[in-house]
Amino acid sequence: MISRLLVANRGEIARRVIRTCRALGVGTVAVCSDPDAAATFVAEADTVVPLPGATPAETYLRGDALVAAALAAGADAVHPGYGFLSENASFARAVLAAGLTWVGPDPDCIEVMGAKVAAKKRMASAGVPVLPELDPESVMDGQLPLLVKASAGGGGRGMRVVRSLAELPEQVAAARREAESAFGDGTVFCEPLLEGARHIEVQVLADRHGTVWALGERECSIQRRHQKIIEETPSPGVDQDTRDRLCAAAVAAARAIGYVGAGTVEFLLSATGEFHFLEVNTRLQVEHPVTECVFGLDLVAWQLAVAEGARLPADPPTPSGHAIEVRLYAEDPALDWRPASGRLLRFAVPGVDAEFAVPPGHGLRLDSGVRDGDEIGVHYDPMLAKLIAWGPDRASAARRLAAALAGTRLHGLVTNRELLVTVLRHRDFLAGDTATDFLDTHDLAALAAPLADADAVRHSAMAAALAEAHRRHRDRPVLAGLPIGWRNLVSQPNRTSFTRDEDTIDVEYRHPAPGLVSVTDGPDGDLHVVLDLSGVRQRFAVAGYDTDRGRVVEVDSPLGPVALLTVPRFPDPTERTVQGATVAPMPGTVVRVAVEAGQRVEAGAELLVLEAMKMEHRVVTACGGTVAEIRVVAGQQVDAGEVLAVLEPEEEQS
Amino acid sequence: MTAAPQALRSTVDTRSDDYRRNRDTLLAKLAELDTEQARAVAGGGAKYTDRHRARGKLLARERIELLLDEDSPFLELSALAAWGTDYQVGASVVTGIGVIEGVECLVVANDPTVRGGASNPWTLRKTLRANDIALANRLPVVSLVESGGADLPSQSEIFIPGGRVFRDITRLSAAGIPTITAVFGNATAGGAYVPGMSDYVIMIKDRSKVFLGGPPLVKMATGEEAEDEALGGAEMHGTVSGLADLVAEDEADALRLARRVVARLNWRKQGPPPRPEVREPRLDPEELLGLVPTDLRVPFDPREVIARIVDGSDFDEFKPRYGTSLVTGWASVHGYPVGVLANARGVLFSEEAQKATQFIQLANASDTPLLFLQNTTGYMVGARYEQGGIIKHGAMMINAVSNSKVPHLTVVLGASYGAGNYGMCGRAYDPRFLFTWPNAKSAVMGPAQLAGVLSIVARQAAAAKGQPYLDEHDAAMREMVESQIEAQSLAQFLSGRLYDDGVIDPRDTRTVLGLCLSAIHSGPVKGADGYGIFRM
Repeated sequence: MISRLLVANRGEIARRVIRTCRALGVGTVAVCSDPDAAATFVAEADTVVPLPGATPAETYLRGDALVAAALAAGADAVHPGYGFLSENASFARAVLAAGLTWVGPDPDCIEVMGAKVAAKKRMASAGVPVLPELDPESVMDGQLPLLVKASAGGGGRGMRVVRSLAELPEQVAAARREAESAFGDGTVFCEPLLEGARHIEVQVLADRHGTVWALGERECSIQRRHQKIIEETPSPGVDQDTRDRLCAAAVAAARAIGYVGAGTVEFLLSATGEFHFLEVNTRLQVEHPVTECVFGLDLVAWQLAVAEGARLPADPPTPSGHAIEVRLYAEDPALDWRPASGRLLRFAVPGVDAEFAVPPGHGLRLDSGVRDGDEIGVHYDPMLAKLIAWGPDRASAARRLAAALAGTRLHGLVTNRELLVTVLRHRDFLAGDTATDFLDTHDLAALAAPLADADAVRHSAMAAALAEAHRRHRDRPVLAGLPIGWRNLVSQPNRTSFTRDEDTIDVEYRHPAPGLVSVTDGPDGDLHVVLDLSGVRQRFAVAGYDTDRGRVVEVDSPLGPVALLTVPRFPDPTERTVQGATVAPMPGTVVRVAVEAGQRVEAGAELLVLEAMKMEHRVVTACGGTVAEIRVVAGQQVDAGEVLAVLEPEEEQS
Repeated sequence: MTAAPQALRSTVDTRSDDYRRNRDTLLAKLAELDTEQARAVAGGGAKYTDRHRARGKLLARERIELLLDEDSPFLELSALAAWGTDYQVGASVVTGIGVIEGVECLVVANDPTVRGGASNPWTLRKTLRANDIALANRLPVVSLVESGGADLPSQSEIFIPGGRVFRDITRLSAAGIPTITAVFGNATAGGAYVPGMSDYVIMIKDRSKVFLGGPPLVKMATGEEAEDEALGGAEMHGTVSGLADLVAEDEADALRLARRVVARLNWRKQGPPPRPEVREPRLDPEELLGLVPTDLRVPFDPREVIARIVDGSDFDEFKPRYGTSLVTGWASVHGYPVGVLANARGVLFSEEAQKATQFIQLANASDTPLLFLQNTTGYMVGARYEQGGIIKHGAMMINAVSNSKVPHLTVVLGASYGAGNYGMCGRAYDPRFLFTWPNAKSAVMGPAQLAGVLSIVARQAAAAKGQPYLDEHDAAMREMVESQIEAQSLAQFLSGRLYDDGVIDPRDTRTVLGLCLSAIHSGPVKGADGYGIFRM
């Protein structure tokens, strides 16, 4: 029996494993990097072993340090979670060699499946349909488009679409760099890109006694940059016959490699009902909660039981209802999914029925790695949380999930929340018409558009201005009991200006403001503003935060969330940006500098490349001119807003 | 557990014709007041306002709004100054009490759209009154200066008394009340001494010009050719003369710096804080408009007013059944305890005078500010009352009011005639603040009485000389006198002459009193230790 388990991971998956351990009475050991020292999962574990450093390579990817941590803390088992070393056979071996229990399949099995190229061959020989592999050196035009994938990969990292031969070498190189950084293995391979196909995967669970369960399929077609953002079970595109065939293929695949524990067999399902094997994920998947909900089981508990040698019953439980999961990312879909970093000022999902566990009866489940006030850094995956709705059918699950997401108080960071809501409410999604190119074949700008329309923004800004006015008045050391903004002679309206993305919103109001029904104190220091909008009374919850960026005011209402930045009443005269300065769009590390001082550059020329959140971001010039100064060097860590280079703009043509 | 205070109840019928008539009359007067105040806000009018804006400058009230804490209350004082004179209503300066960085300050801002912000005799009186308020109540003074100096045609009325302005600034400073000046334009000659005397001086790059003599005067005096920047520019004063403590980038920056100066004053109010929990009146202040009869000769119960301005409408009456023509009692306004004296039926008799005297002494003994609600026709006359010692008793009350040291607030609700004005703490008795309702009237006596007295005297004089006295002449004389006295008794006339601190909307009475009480508590609140001789 396992008595104390080290979770070789971080964030929400660490919390997920800890939750089950607590339910089972198993002690928990967390490891944490320096930036994670104050994270929730660290606080929740019984024992913590700090791993000095910040980057994954210094911390969560260091197998030796993890094994040492387990031994030091007296753990007798290791759960790798997902990502990091979860599919690293040598780590699994090191764990076993240290006399610890490895919660996962046998290292050989991981190794076989980890090398994606070899894995496909193995499956093909077991009778599982596979896609042909393409050699990057000899690819022909006719074989395009293709996909470059990291052999050791997962989670879309290192994956690139190539549509012309010209871009192939560069994309392969970039994929290698990313794979090297993410997995410590730069091997990549190519296969045909099936457009319009669905990503379908089957959850398998196998014990050491020959029983293999196929726990239905999950549809994970809605993806961005090959990373899943919406997952559900069952798939709207899979009928019972296909389901039977998929499950049979998955069981065959698992048996072919002697798989033990929880794993996932991934397939591409074409519109014609044909499917091809993609890979086996020899670990727990991010999207395992949907399967847990529908099958009413705890996969982590079963992983531990299997690792302890337990037998599975002959037949899996019967599925019930429909579950959909969304992954909430700190990223801006409208800006090419640019990762956002900064402080998560508030994260509160309304009506959560269970956390890290199957809700009793249909309901809402939250698996979150973050909480209010957390700093979302640049070192790790920008996923904040997973939200899962389990309903009697797909439509009710989608409705519940969209409503919960839309009503979530999510302050301080740009996220993909509104995109998720729009997709969940999209006609095509509701019709079950999903494929891996969903976001490419639909208008991304429309999908990513804010839920709040122009009127909603205007009303929200008014609510924000009035709430802020009342907050100021309430907190005033003198005259707080007098009517707000009282004047015996009125000479002008009150004015507040906000910025929202690129827009400036000017609000003018008088006290008492027409249309203002009430301002009352809500929980968590919020103010609730009720406005009368042509006879309809609308409530707005307004939260204000003093941040490094200035005064942030977040307005939530059924009209959609609106995040506003208050324009300071008095501009700070010392705050003058250097003319022609190019500043870092986000915190990150300079990968390479493409220009040197004195060089003439065109508008849009690449100045340098920043790596942030495991992604490379090109920093380009806003105008043509001469590079006057380069202030950074490769390898340097920079903060958002830091001046990277100074450009002398070209003289205007006269 | 303290015993519950006495809660006032209302007997006003808001559906009665009287109520509606009273309300309509008062609303019409408020509309007139709005019109007059709008003239003050309009300053020098569209032409000069536009020109001022075109120079990239803010209007006086825009400067004030930016100076004050956002959405905080602001009480403009003497808004109708110079009403009924040859000068622009408002007297080319804005004064008031507002909150800057959580500190209640007295703000003075020239209105440069009115004759370049030049001072006329009413500007001077308004400014001096503001300084008095600052000194009496310990309010830091922030001056936003942009003035062409004295309005030269009226210099004879300004030059000599005007010296007090500079004396006041240094006396404020000596009393430990900070003075802060931001110069938005020219401050020449006398004007240069306003920054010169202030504790803190802020000037604006390329805008502020502060010199004793400008280029033409210097040329005349010494023959020196000097350009204005070298004589008195902000850069010069900030780097060479040292007159400017802080040099701002622009107007908004100057106001930001002024706010920073106030933020760093470490200001502490010296009076006791208000009670933390304040209940609004249970009775609706809106109904104040319907309470006051259109005819001032018809008395009204001041408890109806008190019930609509004091916290929770709670009022513990003192001597309720003695001297019933004057209501006295204890209440609080916005958490500040007050003793209230309010005329109930106009006339003050000996009993009322004695009751008031005792009540004022009690308030002084307990350091409680006093609130006078005036609606008086004066002390009772007639043989019986003279024999009863009405002069002694009236004098006793006036003595008590004069020598009382707790802060006084006076609101003229209706009539304020005769010595009743004095006994009820009229302007001459230095209440910290005095406000007037738009329907109120003040004079030595009522217009009809005054005309009647004149008529009797004239008739007696004619009889003494053996001359005939024509009734038609008498009627014409009475009418003329009556209308003249009536006009000079009106609220805006008296307010224009700075005999009050402003005409207020009755519905704002509680707010105005609350703001003034809070301002008053910037200084200590302490009763008198002794009085003069009370004639018994």
